[in-house]
Amino acid sequence: MDDLYRDVIVEHFKNPGYKGILDPHDISFEDENPLCGDHLRIDLRVDENNKVKEAAFSGHGCAISQASADLLLESIIGKSLDEVKKYTKNDVLELIGIELGPVRLKCALLSLKILKAGVYGLGEASDDLVEEE
Amino acid sequence: MTTDFKPDYSFESIREEFPILKREVHPGVPLTYLDSAATSQKPIHVIEAMDHYYRNTNANIHRGVHMLAEEATFSYEQAREKVARFIGANKPKEVIFTRNTTESINLLAYTLGRSLLKPGDLVVLTEMEHHSNLVPWQMLAQVLNLRLEFIRITDDGMLDLDSYDQLLKQNPKLVSFTQMSNVLGTINPAQEIIKKAKENGAVTIVDGAQSVPHIPVNVKQLGADFMAFSAHKMLGPLGIGVLWGREELLEELPPFLGGGDMIKKVYLRSFTYNDLPHKFEAGTPAVAEAIGFGAAIDYLSSTGMDRIAIHEQNLIKYAIDELQKIDGLHILGPDASLRGGVASFTLDGIHPHDVAQILDGDGIAVRAGHHCAMPLHDRYNIPASTRASFYLYNTINDIDVLIKSLKRVVKIFG
Ligand SMILES: Cc1ncc(COP(=O)(O)O)c(C=O)c1O
Repeated sequence: MDDLYRDVIVEHFKNPGYKGILDPHDISFEDENPLCGDHLRIDLRVDENNKVKEAAFSGHGCAISQASADLLLESIIGKSLDEVKKYTKNDVLELIGIELGPVRLKCALLSLKILKAGVYGLGEASDDLVEEE
Repeated sequence: MTTDFKPDYSFESIREEFPILKREVHPGVPLTYLDSAATSQKPIHVIEAMDHYYRNTNANIHRGVHMLAEEATFSYEQAREKVARFIGANKPKEVIFTRNTTESINLLAYTLGRSLLKPGDLVVLTEMEHHSNLVPWQMLAQVLNLRLEFIRITDDGMLDLDSYDQLLKQNPKLVSFTQMSNVLGTINPAQEIIKKAKENGAVTIVDGAQSVPHIPVNVKQLGADFMAFSAHKMLGPLGIGVLWGREELLEELPPFLGGGDMIKKVYLRSFTYNDLPHKFEAGTPAVAEAIGFGAAIDYLSSTGMDRIAIHEQNLIKYAIDELQKIDGLHILGPDASLRGGVASFTLDGIHPHDVAQILDGDGIAVRAGHHCAMPLHDRYNIPASTRASFYLYNTINDIDVLIKSLKRVVKIFG
């Protein structure tokens, strides 16, 4: 089970590259995982071609949710918002490279849910956002 | 190990009687079960009693005249007698079978909301309640316009009885509180709380979900009006619980669910309701579960609730001493002598989910989250905690396994 805490998870949890707040920002969204009380906010700045220029997350949560957020934001820099909209569960699982049970999966996917709700400009983040099209 | 610790070796053999404790949770990793406050494991006697029922007796109760129905009815009612004796109730008919503590409290909220409680009335709860003794009252408060007030808790996890005295001056109609906190482990001075409520004319409900399984509880000694608890936390099966109430009060309440068994006579446009306890037991009940529950009570009684309480006291003392030695670990709640076998804690900079996940890797089952007590966690300004809880089948060795694994957690995240 310590596979879950592969170096990459612990490393991104302890030394996140994208933790913080962007003010001003072009897109910002926040939500929580009511099961564990994790709270996450994601801010984005995009360039004139609608490509992600800067990204940051803030809030609190477990190592899996924080590291997934960091890895996810790292991966979308330079991508267009249309490309970000196509991200699904599998992209995040590939980034973190571990198998997760149903409970921890929610932790890992919190950031994607919030990111996509923000990019789509939705009022509410729903679980459907992380499923395959 | 603390010096005053006297191990009772007869408890070691108890483990043999719980089949699940022999399993491995990962290849080569045995189970260390420290989540009994969520639900307890079941001894072979309980499993066999239910198995026997389904193989030999299964029938609907209170209606058939055939042999199976007679036997099933007898066994079901015998379970009720065992529960009544176990908690010192006056009569078996004061024991109502429900699904669990939650349903028992909802039954009371529904029926008291149609009898005793009137708009504007004050209901007193505490800040350490499980959601099941909070949300039903919030729901009732919305329709009846009740006032809810809360006995405060102190920084070290005790009820602030001064704040209770203040609330009593406002003449509450009802005081409903947990005898033992499922997060802090605090054993509340139930007798004193009830006595004061009585003096002020309030009806009292005791949430016994954590106390009845772990310490000797006698409803007459407590002086309570109602008490709720769940079989699954006291070696019994899931899906059956108890509402105990004083006979005269239960008589005054209107029925809860309508349907079969709770009626005497039914006409097209009206009905008359059955006597206690059937008045509150509509529909086919959980018969096998009642029988399993009876077997659990036999098991607890023959072990001795006082011995169980002492065993857990020994475990919690040792656990708290050892936990305190871990850097950055903070224990919620009072001194070990004031609590049951529950230790919730936080670890600086490490989320409880991560703690629980790493412990799981070592086969240890603990609970991580808010343990159905969000307001309590808000009170201490923490989003969640990790909880280890003990029962009669736990040993000092279980705690040593826990401590060793926690040290590993600190190392991974350190
Ligand atoms: C103090 C307390 N009250 C009530 C409950 C609810 O019990 P159940 O889920 O069996 O209804 C619990 C169990 O978690 C509890 O610990």
